[in-house]
Amino acid sequence: MSDALAPAIRIAATRRVTEEAPLTRYLLIGVAVAFLGLFLLLPLAVVFTEALTKGAGAFFATFDEPDARAAIRLTLLVAAIVVPLNAVFGICAAWAISKFSFPGKSVLITLIDLPFSVSPVVSGLVYVLVFGSQGLLGPTLSSHGIQIVFAIPGIVLATIFVTFPFVARELIPLMQEQGTVEEEAALTLGASGFRTFLTVTLPNIKWGLLYGVLLANARAMGEFGAVSVVSGHIRGLTNTIPLQVEILYNEYNIVSAFALASLLAGLALVTLGIKTLLEWRYAGQIAGRRRH
Amino acid sequence: MLSVSITRRGLGAAIAFVAGVSLLVDSLVIDSSAQAATALLNVSYDPTRELYKAINPAFIADWKAKTGETIEIQASHAGSGAQARAVIDGLSADVVTLALAADIDAIVSKTGKVAADWQKKLPNNASPYTSTIVFLVRKGNPKKIKNWDDLAKPGVAVVTPNPKTSGGARWNYLGAWGYGLEKFKGDEAKTKDFVKAIYKNAPVLDTGARGSTITFAQRGLGDVLIAWENEAFLASEEFGKDKFEIVVPPVSVLAEPPVAVVDGNVDAKGTRKVAEAYLNFLYTPAAQAIIAKNYYRPAHPEFAAKEDLKRLPKLQLFTVDQIFGGWAKAQKTHFADGGVFDDIQKQ
Repeated sequence: MSDALAPAIRIAATRRVTEEAPLTRYLLIGVAVAFLGLFLLLPLAVVFTEALTKGAGAFFATFDEPDARAAIRLTLLVAAIVVPLNAVFGICAAWAISKFSFPGKSVLITLIDLPFSVSPVVSGLVYVLVFGSQGLLGPTLSSHGIQIVFAIPGIVLATIFVTFPFVARELIPLMQEQGTVEEEAALTLGASGFRTFLTVTLPNIKWGLLYGVLLANARAMGEFGAVSVVSGHIRGLTNTIPLQVEILYNEYNIVSAFALASLLAGLALVTLGIKTLLEWRYAGQIAGRRRH
Repeated sequence: MLSVSITRRGLGAAIAFVAGVSLLVDSLVIDSSAQAATALLNVSYDPTRELYKAINPAFIADWKAKTGETIEIQASHAGSGAQARAVIDGLSADVVTLALAADIDAIVSKTGKVAADWQKKLPNNASPYTSTIVFLVRKGNPKKIKNWDDLAKPGVAVVTPNPKTSGGARWNYLGAWGYGLEKFKGDEAKTKDFVKAIYKNAPVLDTGARGSTITFAQRGLGDVLIAWENEAFLASEEFGKDKFEIVVPPVSVLAEPPVAVVDGNVDAKGTRKVAEAYLNFLYTPAAQAIIAKNYYRPAHPEFAAKEDLKRLPKLQLFTVDQIFGGWAKAQKTHFADGGVFDDIQKQ
């Protein structure tokens, strides 16, 4: 009998050691909640209330403006190009780093992190210095009538640069942890390399991949600094949603500025919602598998 | 941490989601490519947003009536110096309408895309409108600001943009300098101390004129905003005349924002004819009336409405040519690296 009780006692003892006094607990929770409220929820609420100060009519009128519509279109276009590319690049990079070793691997890991440590303004300027008409490749390109900076290609390039690490950074630790055992088994059983990727690797990394894609998408749509440098600010042509928000704000059009900003904020909330939903569904799947 | 094998249903749903999003994007993008009219890109400085918003439809209608062609005018606005830099780096402007001659000169010297004699190609030194520098103060003028002297007094917080990036800021600076020269009978050292005292009162320098206006009017910082006349009128109209007062100093600088065709770009794009017509249109009676309506000083006041002209106060105006011997010289002496402004900023 004492043997049967022993684990319970041990668990209780462990609890007592790790559990803080109630006061400390409430204080910590209070600090966390207050911090989140002050720095995250309050600004978010301000965005939506400012957008609605002149009523729903003025709010929706923002989205009838041709320039605003063009900004939304451009932002969606850029994300539609950048996010799939980043997903592919990210998988390739993570695969290379986690599944086999080669000289210069640590250099590659550092390079992937570069966009995190470089200021977005510098990332934009780099493209101006390379592709601008005073730049390295600019004269050659412009003699062939190709415009990179101050046009959509420049915006896409700058966005790829700043969002590059998101997918790769999400996948590298995951794939390293998983190792190569399952792939080896599949290959031994005669599966082709591509089939192994589709039926073994991809299912293993899908949640990490999805999370990386969501983060990359949020950043791609919200990037300001790098895009601002390469945009040229042509109305209705090279302004993304964040740039259009700044323009509207500087034109004293506060309601429209915040209405458009609320679109970005809404997008972030939807992203968060999708992520939570997927995690919830994923949890259901695990439970289901355990029952069988 | 997240490693389970995928369900067919989950993968299918993900593919359907991606397909749906890309369809949505496609439909939106195709919508935008429907337009194929000749487009003219006007790269301008910060405070002309409202002016060209009014002028462009008038020119489009005029051009359509004359030639039957439907054109589109694209606009880009930012700090004058930054815009010149963008054109130098390859922004394919058909025309530039900047805050001061030195910025267009920079395009000439760095790229040769604008003809060196650009300022002689259009009337009035290629300036279809002029303006001046005035002060915007809070209602009741609590700090009793009447003249440039009052900006140098201790305890007055001055808002003005950075002359390194903003064209308007350079006019502000030259306005103060010109007043100082007159007051101290041409004594450069005393003038420098005077201007230095003003910038000591201005701890925050925004990058563009509109940024400074927002700082002063929207964020409520500072006692006085040194601003373009048109910008001061626009701000007091936008935020309510009960909040601000415009103070006109007895003497100020005649600001001449010039315009030019970017020859290198229009020849490559085949838009020279319409670009030249656009700039010439700025001198027509219709455009001159719009210019006065937007609080700029028209090159031809006879074309403007009388009530619009009446709003613009009379004051003694000096030009950059008179006081500084032209923009090239003023730029080199005052705003180049290691120039007088850099010296003043050293505390």
